[in-house]
Order: sequence, then C-alpha cells, then structure tokens
Amino acid sequence: MAFSTTLYNTFFRRNSVFVSTIFVGAFTFGIGFDTAVTSFYDKWNKGKQWKDIRHKYVEAAEE
Amino acid sequence: MLSRQALRKAASPLLRQKSIPLAVRNASTSSSSTAFQSFLNSRLTLASVSLLTAGSVAWYTHLYGSLPFLAEVHASHASDEGLHPPKYPWPQDGLLDTFDHASIRRGYQVYREVCAACHSLDRIAWRNLVGVSHTVDEIKAMAEEIEYTDGPNDEGEMFQRPGKLADYMPAPYPNEEAARAGNAGALPPDLSLIVKARHGGADYIFSLLTGYVDPPAGVEIRDGMNYNPFFPGGAIGMARVLFDGLVEYEDGTPATTSQMAKDVVTFLHWAAEPEHDERKKSGLKAVILLSAMTVISLYVKRFKWTPIKNRKIFYDPPVDKTH
Repeated sequence: MAFSTTLYNTFFRRNSVFVSTIFVGAFTFGIGFDTAVTSFYDKWNKGKQWKDIRHKYVEAAEE
Repeated sequence: MLSRQALRKAASPLLRQKSIPLAVRNASTSSSSTAFQSFLNSRLTLASVSLLTAGSVAWYTHLYGSLPFLAEVHASHASDEGLHPPKYPWPQDGLLDTFDHASIRRGYQVYREVCAACHSLDRIAWRNLVGVSHTVDEIKAMAEEIEYTDGPNDEGEMFQRPGKLADYMPAPYPNEEAARAGNAGALPPDLSLIVKARHGGADYIFSLLTGYVDPPAGVEIRDGMNYNPFFPGGAIGMARVLFDGLVEYEDGTPATTSQMAKDVVTFLHWAAEPEHDERKKSGLKAVILLSAMTVISLYVKRFKWTPIKNRKIFYDPPVDKTH
C-alpha cells in the first residue's frame, strides 16, 4: 500500500507530472532501446560493417 | 447326374415359389430398374450423350485452345529455362546479417575495372558509396576523375566539369542504340537492380559469372555468342570476363574468379538493396516491440476479464408469499 501511495503521490497526482513522466519516459526508452539493439546488432555483425573496416582507409588517406 | 437333375427340378419350383414374394416386395425397385435399362439402351440417350460429350470437348477447346485430357508436346527443352543456380552461403543471408562491406568495396573495384566497360549503374550516385565502402575523400577523388556535361551556363552553352558527389555513375554508352551497336546487338542490362530483377538473385548472378563452359555435344552456339548453362536458352552475348588475377585487390585478397564474382555480386546486391542493413535492424526492433506489445495486451485482456470469466451467477428464487 505504501508503494502504491508513493507512486500515486509522485506521478499520478498532478497531470503535468504524469504527462511529462510519459514524455520523458518515452524519450529515454527510445534512446535506450535503440542503443541496446544497435550494440547487439554490431556485435552480431562484428567485422562486416563499414564502421568496422573504416579505420583502415581513413588512416591510409591521412598518411 | 440323374439324381442331381432331379434334385434341381425338385428344387426349382420351391425357389420360384419363394421368389414370388421377393419380387412383390421389390416391385418398385425392379420395375424402375427395367425402366432404367430401357433408358440406358435407348438410341436417344446414346445420341444425346454423344452430342453432350462432343459439345463439351468443342467448348473446352474453344475456351482454352487445347484438347482436354491430352498432354501437350513442346518443342522446347528444360535447358531453355536455364540451369537452376545452387544456393550459396552469403554473409548477408541470415535474418540479422549485414553485408560484408569489405566485400562491397572489392566488388566496386571489380565493377569499375571490369563490368563498367559495358554495363551502366544508373541508379547509384557517388554519394551512395560514402560510408558504405569508401570514405568521402576517396569518393570525391574518384568522382573528380570523370568529366560530366553540365549547363547551360550564362551563354547557354553546355560545359564539361569534374564530377562531384551528387553525380550518378557514368554510363559506358550514351544510349541504348550505341550499347547494342557495341555489343553485336545484345544490350548489356543496367546493373542497378539486377539482383532484384533476376530469378535466383545473387545466386543466379554468381552462377552465371562463374558458369561459363564449353557447349555440350549437339548444342550449336552462333558466332559471337557464348554458352552458359545458367542463362535461359544457353546462348549469352556476354563472354566470360572474370579470370584469376584479373584485378589486384588493395587488401591483398587473392583475386580468384570465384572471389571476384562473389565480391561483385555482393556489390550489386548492395546496389539493388542499399537499405538492406538498416532494414534488418529496423525489423529486429519492430519484432521486439510488437511482440512485447502483444504480450502486454494479452495480459491486460486477461486481467480485465478475470472477474467476468470467474463470476458465478446464483439464482435466488423469489419467496412465494401466498403460502
């Protein structure tokens, strides 16, 4: 009961807080989810993508 | 013998006697069967059934252009369809696998040094290669080596300028007629979407590039044509172009025929599907999110319906107050 009361008082009591919680939550989830999927995807495709071989050619161009 | 005949004679009236009630019982059936028999034997039936058969065959032939129930004989051979390419294990085959970009880079080199002599790549601009197979400086340098016609300028004249990132790949021929004239009447197809445009996709093109052999006995190939079992019809205008050591890879990969074919097919696959890598990543995200949403919605449905599904209805009859 204490937890739900705290929850209610923190997030649901005022609509402004409720709405901004949703907006901020969606934003952070979007970034976090994207980062997690990308890191998995890059690990899965290690050595195949351009970012994995790019250093060879960038250094060659600078020399 | 005698005794048997006697027995039969003795038995037959008995049977006949017995068969009378049977015949009576089956009177309706037997009488209709004789009517059916006469119907079957009538000439009118024969004539009308023959007419119906001939009419339906004629109607079918008119509608579909061939006789029913008869296999057609074709003058073609299975080789006219081309050999089916085997399935090759490409690095980009899996649901989550990207292209091998080092292979795309080598494949571009093969395209530029070999294929580009005849084949255009209209839908790929220099800028598309940036961040895929080359750095922006490399692409700028490569584009500047080629002269493009631009204009008109202030005096209304077209002028030549070095290429820039936004320019599309230069075509080897100015128009289709020139391409045909340069290749004995055969038009080298544009390669931008070739992997999507052929049955078998990358496997087919790889097989075609590596599949040149001498024509088998009995197969006549006209002058200027070449035999390739993977090409529908077998006779292809393009000759074998990939030979071991034809190009020299900058990363030291041995340039065998199959290696060059694999690289150039990977490059062409990328050219046909430049969104490929990003598409698979988006697909992974979509599958995760949608399946999570499905699970949540199923849970919420069950949660909301629990009281309704589990309720019990009791009937409380009204008390009769008259007694």
